[in-house]
Amino acid sequence: MNFWYFLTALTLLSASMVILSKNPIHSVLYLVFTFFCISGHYVLLNAQFLMAVNIVVYAGAIMVLFLFVIMMMDLSKNSPDSKSTLTKLAGAILGGTLLVILIAASRKVDLKDVKPIDAQTGMVEGLGQILYRDYVLPFELVSILFFVAMVGAVMLGKREAGERNF
Amino acid sequence: MEITSTLFTAKAIYVGIIFAITLGVAAYSTYFERIIAAFMQDRVGPDRAGPFGILQPLADAVKMFMKEDFIPANSNKWLFIAGPCLSMLTALMTSAVVPFGDQLDLGDGIILDLQGIDVNIGILWVFGIVSLGVYGVLIGGWASNNKYSLIGAIRAASQNISYELAMGLSIIAILMLSGSLSTKSIVETQQNGHWNILYQPLGFVIFLVCAFAECNRTPFDLPECETELIGGYHTEYSSMKLGFYLFSEYINMFISGAVMATLYFGGYDYLFNDYVAQISWLGEYAYNVSALLGLVVLIVKALIFVFIFMWVRWTLPRFRYDQLMGLGWTGLIPLAMFNVVLTGASMLFTVNDGGSNWMTVGASWAGVIIMLVVTFAYSEMKYKKKKLATA
Repeated sequence: MNFWYFLTALTLLSASMVILSKNPIHSVLYLVFTFFCISGHYVLLNAQFLMAVNIVVYAGAIMVLFLFVIMMMDLSKNSPDSKSTLTKLAGAILGGTLLVILIAASRKVDLKDVKPIDAQTGMVEGLGQILYRDYVLPFELVSILFFVAMVGAVMLGKREAGERNF
Repeated sequence: MEITSTLFTAKAIYVGIIFAITLGVAAYSTYFERIIAAFMQDRVGPDRAGPFGILQPLADAVKMFMKEDFIPANSNKWLFIAGPCLSMLTALMTSAVVPFGDQLDLGDGIILDLQGIDVNIGILWVFGIVSLGVYGVLIGGWASNNKYSLIGAIRAASQNISYELAMGLSIIAILMLSGSLSTKSIVETQQNGHWNILYQPLGFVIFLVCAFAECNRTPFDLPECETELIGGYHTEYSSMKLGFYLFSEYINMFISGAVMATLYFGGYDYLFNDYVAQISWLGEYAYNVSALLGLVVLIVKALIFVFIFMWVRWTLPRFRYDQLMGLGWTGLIPLAMFNVVLTGASMLFTVNDGGSNWMTVGASWAGVIIMLVVTFAYSEMKYKKKKLATA
C-alpha cells in the first residue's frame, strides 16, 4: 500500500509537470514518464498484459511520433503568448466540467458485485476469453473503426497527380 | 523471496553473470568485428595490443575514457547526458526475460530458474523495451542542437517504428504455434529438435531483417550514414558518451541474437540434452550439467547470430532511404500478414489430426516457395518493363 502512495504521488507529479513545463519536448518526456507510472499501477492490479501493451503502444509508438513532430516543428521559438484569456477560461471550464462528471460517476459505483481477484485475474488468457468470446462484436467493430481511420490517413497523405514531389 | 535466502543470492549471482557475459561479449564484438572485416577485406586487422591484438577492446576503452568529454554550447545539457544513458539502459533491460537455460537444482529443494524473470507476457516485454530503445537516439539527437544529429535521430525513429510493425506481425505466428506469450513456454514447446525455424522459415527471415533494422546495422544503418549525415545522431558526442552509443549497438546485437535463438532456434535446447541429463557417472549432477550445457549452447547460438550481423555488414552496401521504407511497408508487412494467415490456416486444417505437425511444416515451406516464385516473377516482369521503357 505504501508503494501505491509513492507511485500515485509520482504519477500526479509527472502529470502536472506535463502542463507546467515550458519546453514542449520536456512535456512529452514527462508524459512518457506518466505512462510508465500508470503501467506501474497496472502491475499492482496484476494486469501484466495491459502494462506491456500500454508501454508498447503509448510510450513506444504514439509518444515517439509526438516527439517526432514536435522536434520537426521546433515549437520552442513561438511558445508563450499564443493563448488568449478566452481560450484559457474555456479550457478551465471544460476541464472542470469533466472533473465534476467523473466524480459524480465514480460516486455511484457499487463495489459489491465485483468478483474477487484470483491469480489469473488480468492475465492475457482471461483477457483473450473476454475479448474474443463475450465482447467479440464490439471488438471487431472497433477494428473496423481503426481500419477506416487508417484508410482516411492514407487518403489524406496521398500525393495527387501533378503535385510537387519533395 | 527473502533477501537472505539462498535462492535470492543465487538469482543475484545469476543476474550478475549474465550482465558480465553481455558486457564481455559486447566488448569483444568490437574486436571481432574488426578481425572479421580485416579477414573479408584481406587485411591484417588489429594485432598490436597483446597477442593477436586481444587487448584491443581494453585499449579502446582507455582511449574513450581519456578523451575530452565535450558538451556543445546551446545544447540541452540534461537531455544530452540522458540520451546515451537511455540507450544503454534499454539495451541491457531486454535480457531479463530471455531464458538462458533450464533449471538448476541447488540442493535442499532449491530450484533456480536460469532466467531473470519468467513473466506471463515475456515476449511483449522484449517488444516494449525495443520500442523504447528509440528514445535514447531521439533525445540525444535532438539535444545536440545540430541539424545533422536531428535528421539522424528522426531517421532512426521512423525506421524503428516502421520495422517494429513487421517484427510484431512475425512474432504473432510464433505465438499462435506455442499458445503462450511467455518466453519460457515458447522454448519448452520447441524441445527435442522441434525448433520453430522448421515451422516458421518465412517468419524467421522477416524477424531477422527487422532485427537488423532495429539494431541500426548495415544495410539499414541510415541513421549514421556518413556520406549524408556526418555521424548521424551521435555527431556531437565524444568520449564515453559516444562509447555508450556504440556499445549499446553491440549489446543489442548480442541480445537480439539470443532472442532469435529463443524464438526460432529452440533456445537452450540441443541435440542430446535428454541423454546428458541421464549420464550415470555424473549422478545427481547430471541434470545440472545438462542445464549448464544448455546455457552455453544458447550463448553459442547468439554468437553465431552476432557473426551473421558482422558478415552482412561487410558484405552488403547500404539501402537508400526510400528503398528502406519501401521494403518495410510494402515488402515485409504484407509478407508477415501472409505468414500469419498461412500459419493459421495450416493449424486449422490439422486441428483434428491429433497434433501432427507435418501439415504446418509443409504449408510454411510451400509458402516460402510460392513467395520466392512470385517475387522472382515480379522482379523479372519489372525488369522487362524497364528494358522496354528504356529501349
